Amino acid sequence: MSVELLNFIETVLNGLMSGVMYSLVALGFVLIFKASGVFNFAQGVFALFAALTLVGYQTGQVPFAHLINELFGTNYHNWYASMPNFLAIILTMITMIALAWIIERLVLKHLVNQDPIILFMATIGLAFALEGVGDLMWGSDVKVLDVGIPSGGSIWLEEATIGLAAEGSDYYGMYIDVLNVWATVIAVILVITLALFSQYTKTGRALRAVADDHQAALSVGISLRTIWILVWAISGFIAMVAGIMWGTESGVQFSLSLIALKALPVLILGGFTSIPGAIIGGLLIGVGEKLAEIYIGGYFETGALENWFAYVMALVFLLFRPQGLFGDKIIERV
Amino acid sequence: MLYKETGQYKSTYKSDHAIFPLIQDKIAFSTLMFIAFLIIPFVINSYWEKAILVPFLIFSLAAIGLNILTGYCGQVSLGTGGFMAVGAFSTYKIMTYFPDLNIMIIILISGLITAAVGILFGLPSLRIKGFYLAVATLASQFFLVWLFNKVPWFYNYSDTGQITVSERLMFGVPVTGATAPPYATYLFCLILVVLLGFAAKNLIRSKMGRSWMAIRDMDIAAEIIGVPPLKTKLSAFAISSFYIGVAGALYFAVFLGAIEVTESFDIMTISFPVLFMIIIGGLGSMLGSFLGAAFIVTLPIGLKFIMVDLVGLSAVTAKHFEITIWGLLMIIFLIVEPHGLARLWSIAKEKLRRWPFPY
Repeated sequence: MSVELLNFIETVLNGLMSGVMYSLVALGFVLIFKASGVFNFAQGVFALFAALTLVGYQTGQVPFAHLINELFGTNYHNWYASMPNFLAIILTMITMIALAWIIERLVLKHLVNQDPIILFMATIGLAFALEGVGDLMWGSDVKVLDVGIPSGGSIWLEEATIGLAAEGSDYYGMYIDVLNVWATVIAVILVITLALFSQYTKTGRALRAVADDHQAALSVGISLRTIWILVWAISGFIAMVAGIMWGTESGVQFSLSLIALKALPVLILGGFTSIPGAIIGGLLIGVGEKLAEIYIGGYFETGALENWFAYVMALVFLLFRPQGLFGDKIIERV
Repeated sequence: MLYKETGQYKSTYKSDHAIFPLIQDKIAFSTLMFIAFLIIPFVINSYWEKAILVPFLIFSLAAIGLNILTGYCGQVSLGTGGFMAVGAFSTYKIMTYFPDLNIMIIILISGLITAAVGILFGLPSLRIKGFYLAVATLASQFFLVWLFNKVPWFYNYSDTGQITVSERLMFGVPVTGATAPPYATYLFCLILVVLLGFAAKNLIRSKMGRSWMAIRDMDIAAEIIGVPPLKTKLSAFAISSFYIGVAGALYFAVFLGAIEVTESFDIMTISFPVLFMIIIGGLGSMLGSFLGAAFIVTLPIGLKFIMVDLVGLSAVTAKHFEITIWGLLMIIFLIVEPHGLARLWSIAKEKLRRWPFPY
């Protein structure tokens, strides 16, 4: 095989892997949107908050330590030195469930029957509030997150592929981050679990009923509020997984919340209401971005097309298919 | 009793269509204009100019622009920062190519250029709506900021990537650059805001404004009764972008003087705050645009005063508090008063009309 072809394959593979990461975030969006009709702009901040909380529990930080110390002149920092990963993850999960409950109580309950766009703007507010609270609780410094997922280039793959190039050519093998492979595996498990859950359990069926029609679901005795809390908790869980993945890759910091902005074009491409759409949309955007960076980016001196390429790709797509790849057909009545 | 409408008869169509039909409103507005034009310029100092008044005026313009698009025409836009950047960079480029052109004309031309860009990015609005459109406008935000950051022609190949304003005179007094006196920059912004504010108010009362509102309330129904969606939506995008472009031009030329595009026109520093302004001020209200701008500009100053100077928190913690409070306020306003401060004001007027009697 020629070096160009191998490079192309490597780019596509890496694109697919980063696409999985986008899909992870997009999944959280789709779940909430399907079940409550809320377009949750705060999903990225959810991921940031979950990652911050996880690190906080792991290292035993005292919540609101900065605030308390500044107000009362004390010097609290840590409760304990460390906590097992397993326990910390479970505690974080409990925190995310509590958060879902609080959000339902304080925000959603009061906004039932409002325009979707009002709910959307409320989640922008939620994103800001949650980001502020996260920073106040755990501090805004960049943190290292390590839950034992291996990362770094795969040497095995490099050695396996180096022989594929023609003899004597300048080829050093493919580079693929092991972390991304793990992310893919975890995402696949997550999606299968979700699919099984919504297909074969009673709660799952209730969830799908709510997604189809709020009023009909209420009339057959499904508690809308319980379902909403459940859905927000599940997307909190997905946010935690996404937060762990992204946090391990690039550290836990503010920019983590911007992955929400990365997931939006994925949603447009895949359709807001489709779980397979979120996954395929993510993969398409991931591959498209990486290919564009290499094959179009060269024409601009400075590159960095990644910031907007996904958006323009989604925009062009929207002109032809406004409901996305797998979205429900938009039917409008006067 | 304080706000009595009784006895104020309107006997002509002209008086019925007046912007301020009530004598109380006329008095209040004239007093405000009197203070703004004849008192503040003499007492203004550099702190008030830089921290409160000029940013308030500039963000009012941006809020009017976004309110036209989102509040009146119902098209949610998150691309305000990108459009403001277009205004700023057009001003910069025109300034370098035509050094003798009057600054007022430069700024208005920048507005027109932004309007053209706005039409271009408004095209998808014909096919998509709601938050699909909101996401699509994010594309303009990211693309435009990237363009101005990465294509050196826009910043005249300067090493830092910054653009810096040069001094321009208006009636012999510098209004841009480091030597501009506070009263000059203030008056320059104020004149533009008053003129454009009146223009916007009258546009909204015209046929165009009514068709925007028809599209906002239900676009298919509007189309059926003969409002052309293409023309209406694109005109809203154009005029909204014009205002936002002028705001961006002023933000660069008069307020900051030197900018770096990724910092100054970021989604977090411009697009969302301006959206907050129109939500907190009142969607679809001119008064709301001003109230919202005033609120968002003064809130950080007030919070900083309370938390840093009175309570003694560090600036970083205070900043986190500020973000939290912004978010909470936005949620609270959406829950309690979706029509914003402007609505509170009209409730207050209602109360004043009867005060001190209960009925």
